[in-house]
Amino acid sequence: MSGTAAREARVLGIIETQRGKRPKFRDERITMAHGAGGKATGALIEGLLLPAFGSPALDVLGDAGVLDVGGATLALTTDSFVVTPIRFPGGSIGDLAVNGTVNDLAMSGARPVALTLSLILEEGLEAPALRAEVEAIAHAADTAGVAIVAGDTKVVERGHADMMYICTTGLGHVDPRAALSPGALAPGDRLLVSGPVGAHGTAIMLARGEFELDATIVSDTRSLWPAADALLEHAGPGLRCLRDATRGGVASVLNELARSSGVAMLVQEAAVPVDPAVAGAAELLGIDPLHVANEGVLVAAVAPEWAGAALAALQDVQEGSFARAADIGEVRTSPTGMVLVETGFGGRRVLDQLVGDPLPRIC
Amino acid sequence: MKYVDEFRDAALGRVLAGEIIAAVEPGRHVKIMEVCGGHTHSIYKYGVDDLLPENVELVHGPGCPVCVIPMGRVDDGIAIARHEGVILTCFGDMMRVPGSTGTLLEAKAAGADVRMVYSPLDALRIAKANPDREVVFFAIGFETTAPSTALTLKRARAEDVANFSCFCNHVTIVPPLRALLDSPDLRLDGFIGPGHVCTVVGARPLEFICADYAKPVVVSGFEPVDILQSVQMILHQLREGRSEVENQYKRVVPYEGNGRALEIMAEVFALRPHFEWRGLGFISHSGLKLSDAYADLDAERRFDVPGVRVADPKACQCGEVLKGVIKPYECKVFGSACTPERPIGTCMVSSEGACAAYYNYGRFARERVVV
Repeated sequence: MSGTAAREARVLGIIETQRGKRPKFRDERITMAHGAGGKATGALIEGLLLPAFGSPALDVLGDAGVLDVGGATLALTTDSFVVTPIRFPGGSIGDLAVNGTVNDLAMSGARPVALTLSLILEEGLEAPALRAEVEAIAHAADTAGVAIVAGDTKVVERGHADMMYICTTGLGHVDPRAALSPGALAPGDRLLVSGPVGAHGTAIMLARGEFELDATIVSDTRSLWPAADALLEHAGPGLRCLRDATRGGVASVLNELARSSGVAMLVQEAAVPVDPAVAGAAELLGIDPLHVANEGVLVAAVAPEWAGAALAALQDVQEGSFARAADIGEVRTSPTGMVLVETGFGGRRVLDQLVGDPLPRIC
Repeated sequence: MKYVDEFRDAALGRVLAGEIIAAVEPGRHVKIMEVCGGHTHSIYKYGVDDLLPENVELVHGPGCPVCVIPMGRVDDGIAIARHEGVILTCFGDMMRVPGSTGTLLEAKAAGADVRMVYSPLDALRIAKANPDREVVFFAIGFETTAPSTALTLKRARAEDVANFSCFCNHVTIVPPLRALLDSPDLRLDGFIGPGHVCTVVGARPLEFICADYAKPVVVSGFEPVDILQSVQMILHQLREGRSEVENQYKRVVPYEGNGRALEIMAEVFALRPHFEWRGLGFISHSGLKLSDAYADLDAERRFDVPGVRVADPKACQCGEVLKGVIKPYECKVFGSACTPERPIGTCMVSSEGACAAYYNYGRFARERVVV
């Protein structure tokens, strides 16, 4: 190894050691970055919350806690929804509040059974807006096959909330076919995504009216249980892990899995499905669609001998829209904990988690 | 995407890579600087340097506007944002650049009203929607972004928007390039010229690099094929002993630039005698301020700002990185004390910064593509 290469290798070693450490929470105040699903969120969760609660169910950082209750294996999860604007092409805060929680259960291999619903309403919210969201919640719950079994309502003074916030807690029954673990990935496993990536986050950015872009991009909010069910049925024991790629996008999910399993990943950029309008908007904004949030896209790691059947089953799911599910890459041995992308141009790059919000480049 | 995909054609890229291997003189190590951060970003995003032979090395230059903002100017921006009633608007990347006491993002969390905008016109729109607040636009960037700031100020004047002003940190590309070329530790063989800047100023202002320093320059587009073709053109010049300004980006860059944009800039801006650059120190006539005709829209006149020079952190070697003297990973704090999560130097902040690009996209032992 030449002098330069040795020096480079030494420094790269330092970076990887840094990266392998459990993140510390050292910030003086909460900033928006702590809610964006990237590294700052990771530092908040792993540096402050996990050590404080010391719960083994929480420590595995799954989408839901899996509990043994009187012989039944149950999954329990909770989520809060604070999206602006509350209605956007393809969905609304009400759909998200149901689908987001249902999907956290589904990603734990649990058939969703029941939800609780907590509404935090801002003084002055107009009744038609509230009525529309209640209808959206009812419709999404009906589609996902879950009952809303308990709830709570609070009203806060004008200015103390942005129209409405919704919190949902979901209970599911872990399917006996499921043997999922975030740390189960092995070299050779295939990585599947259930559909085009980046639509939800881009739809929200455009709906905020911050960009003068004229494109119709529709959120992908949907229940992922039918997709999870198909994978459990057809990938059988080869299904290692499921994750829904919400905040931080597919990139965050892959990085978390690579780290927790101590493996590397190689993603073929050309194989990642992205709608042309989403690709165009992301291009203009200098944002990678792999970093953009989804509300109805899952990532599955499947043992290679099961991957073909799993993909075909996913594409055949009738409820929802999974026809463009794709095999985007594979699990490798090294470099440990890292996700690499083979670009369409033939080079390679590292696909890292976001640091904070995806911030558009200036030129 | 039509007109874009052609410039990302992997097969064409390999053909060009083969021609580059054929063009480089055996036994010679060639260092080429891409001046602009946009090029740096593309090189890493597409893995362009995986296609280059080991003896052709790309060096990342000072052309990322976020990277060259000195700490004192960030402090000034934060001081303006803390004034009662002010809404400070800025581009996204700028919010994470560290000043001596923190970032704009942290100032926002502490109560200042800092808002991200995508263009200066958005800032003007915010001013019109909030007539009882003072709205300040934190303007940064080279000649690429300066015309849109100038147009916005002209519109503010025409529409008589009294609560709008500009904290001007625009810089110009030629003086830092001259400073780099005068640097005794410089070891560069040629330059990939900044395509976006040249759409405004044209390619002609870069002629001094050839005339005074005998280095070839190729103004380049931002797609991977553009960059490879520009490298090939530079290698041909070196092989033939030429040093000229060539324009690879003719589809966008007129050699003489955009006359209308230059006129508007000349009306709205004036050169500062000196401006400080992160890592490079003070460079004469390298920064823009508002001209006398627009002085009333100058935030530095409307608000008290500390205006104090803050020395770069001692550990930080941004200057040497920006000059291409060291590679990002050769900096003492790269990847250990200085990471994208906690940047010390500005090169680690923007995705266009050499260090962040290297850290995010390139920090693994490369496997060169066999052409």
